[in-house]
Amino acid sequence: MTKTLAANRIPLENYSEVVGAGEIEELRALAKPLRGRSVEMINSTAVGGGVAEILNHLVPLAEELELGIRWDVMKGDEEFFDVTKSFHNALHGEPYLAKPKDFEIFLRYNEQNRATLPLDAEFVVVHDLQPAALVDARKPGPNHWVWRCHIDLSRPNRAVWEFLEQFVSRYDGAMFSSPEFSRQLPIPQYLFYPAIDPLSEKNCPLDSEFIAQVLLRYQIDPQRPILTQISRFDRLKDPVGVIRAYRIAKRYFDCQLVLAGGSASDDPEGVLVLKEVRRAADQDPDIKILELPAWAPLEVNALQRASTIVVQKSLREGFGLTVSEALWKKKPVVASAVGGIPTQIIHKHTGLLAHSVEGIAYQIRFLLSHPEIAAKLGANGHEHVKENFLITQKLKRYLALFLLLDRA
Amino acid sequence: MNAAEAPFEFVTASYLTRIGNQSAGNIAELLTGLEHCSDASIFHHTFQTLGVHHFLTEGFSNDFAQWTLSSTNRNDLAEHLAALDIRDYTSIAALRSDLCRVVRDFCAAQPQLATQSGLERFHFCESVEVTMPLGRSARNLDEFREALEHLSHAGFYYHFISSRLRLQLQTNDFSVWLSGSLGLRTLADSINHIDVYTNTLDSARAKLLRLIDRTRRKA
Repeated sequence: MTKTLAANRIPLENYSEVVGAGEIEELRALAKPLRGRSVEMINSTAVGGGVAEILNHLVPLAEELELGIRWDVMKGDEEFFDVTKSFHNALHGEPYLAKPKDFEIFLRYNEQNRATLPLDAEFVVVHDLQPAALVDARKPGPNHWVWRCHIDLSRPNRAVWEFLEQFVSRYDGAMFSSPEFSRQLPIPQYLFYPAIDPLSEKNCPLDSEFIAQVLLRYQIDPQRPILTQISRFDRLKDPVGVIRAYRIAKRYFDCQLVLAGGSASDDPEGVLVLKEVRRAADQDPDIKILELPAWAPLEVNALQRASTIVVQKSLREGFGLTVSEALWKKKPVVASAVGGIPTQIIHKHTGLLAHSVEGIAYQIRFLLSHPEIAAKLGANGHEHVKENFLITQKLKRYLALFLLLDRA
Repeated sequence: MNAAEAPFEFVTASYLTRIGNQSAGNIAELLTGLEHCSDASIFHHTFQTLGVHHFLTEGFSNDFAQWTLSSTNRNDLAEHLAALDIRDYTSIAALRSDLCRVVRDFCAAQPQLATQSGLERFHFCESVEVTMPLGRSARNLDEFREALEHLSHAGFYYHFISSRLRLQLQTNDFSVWLSGSLGLRTLADSINHIDVYTNTLDSARAKLLRLIDRTRRKA
């Protein structure tokens, strides 16, 4: 086990306080026939990004259940990742002119990795597009290969998807975060939600003193309503739209807005967006724009817990796990109905959905006027996350999938 | 206390949602989907929701009604779909037939609205069930109660709700065993009448335990 994984090891038993002893017993029962069976998870980065974060928590739990699991990261350099970033954006529907050289680069790096990665497990799980062509190394015999797609393929660039599809079709199954993201494929497709770890620093319970300290540090008034959006400074997260919605709500309620995201210093576009956001804020003292240092999970946790309402006004979204993070903390969430958000927000049951700045503002005003409804939505949201979007549920889905593949 | 010859074997179940290749962008397409989707898909979008959203007891009945409300904003149709009491059905075919009738009536009455695009598409899915014995069994009511109390949501859902598909929507695993193996017909009937729509899984389980306790006191 790597040092990172060892550091993330949380005993499975600890989760019984959160999900109940019956759920843990169930995980052990499902894992029993899989003890000692080999599983290889493959993705393209060990740190940063949602996939790495999930694997960091998932792999140690699977090890505790005695699966022979390993996590391998494919290697590539700038040339490869430039191409895969273009492919990634193109699959999300952004304009892209297909260049034969890009496809050559993609295939060359996959071939190099085929030569160095073991790829001999009984269950091989390949995450996202970067390592998708590793399936060429599949050997005949009793092995099962599945492709886990974390991105939205509902409107992909045709050339890139047709290129990728030839590999995807050779897996035994594909998993998507939402039915909306899936494609017509000749292989079975399953719904696999991303997950949060309820015991991680970003989601664990915090004492009120620490939360108060964080508010004090950022000069946020705990006595007045706090609206918060946690996201990187990216146009697709529409932080300027959030400010416009806040201004509408502000006419009726003396509220504050917190826009908190990772530092934009290493992201040229992020720097531009941050400037736009500051300009839109126009030095309003009740708008706090926080550039949090990388990996500030406790601060994010505290800000979410201190919020009156959490907003996620994305224009496009993968799954949007920040929504689950807020729901887990029993916060009422007002969010755009895009990407995986409607899976988390069942409108009027676990939160409120909207489709415009005015809609977001209206729902904020509605919840500020009806705190009892806000509390009910937050409570329902917590249960929804508990049942569907926790790391233990994710582990259970993997166990079920491996059993299903094994029995097929 | 009565002891059963055949013990009740508790299992756990995990459910994978398989995404089908069929989807609907408006109410007319929903009708086409309802007419052609698999039985498993009808079951998934009506009963499975009780497991996935088991904590909701208000205003939420089945995926078709919820989509009609949230995506097409047709409250009237959503109410009609939600009003179908799924416990009344003894076959998926009959349930499908009534779902289709309700949507077909709407399409006939409001042909223009029926073809207006919804905000999001409805994707027909079905559940794939993977079961595993928990290694826990009960031969009498005391043992049954003890195991039931500690069963996970998925295990409870499997025996109490999902079993209805296997049992032609008539009854559930618990009632079958209590009646057939322990001869507790009244208890079995009372358990089968617990309203799975207005209870959460937890509150249904609590009611079930109370019914068992009442029977034990009488014994």
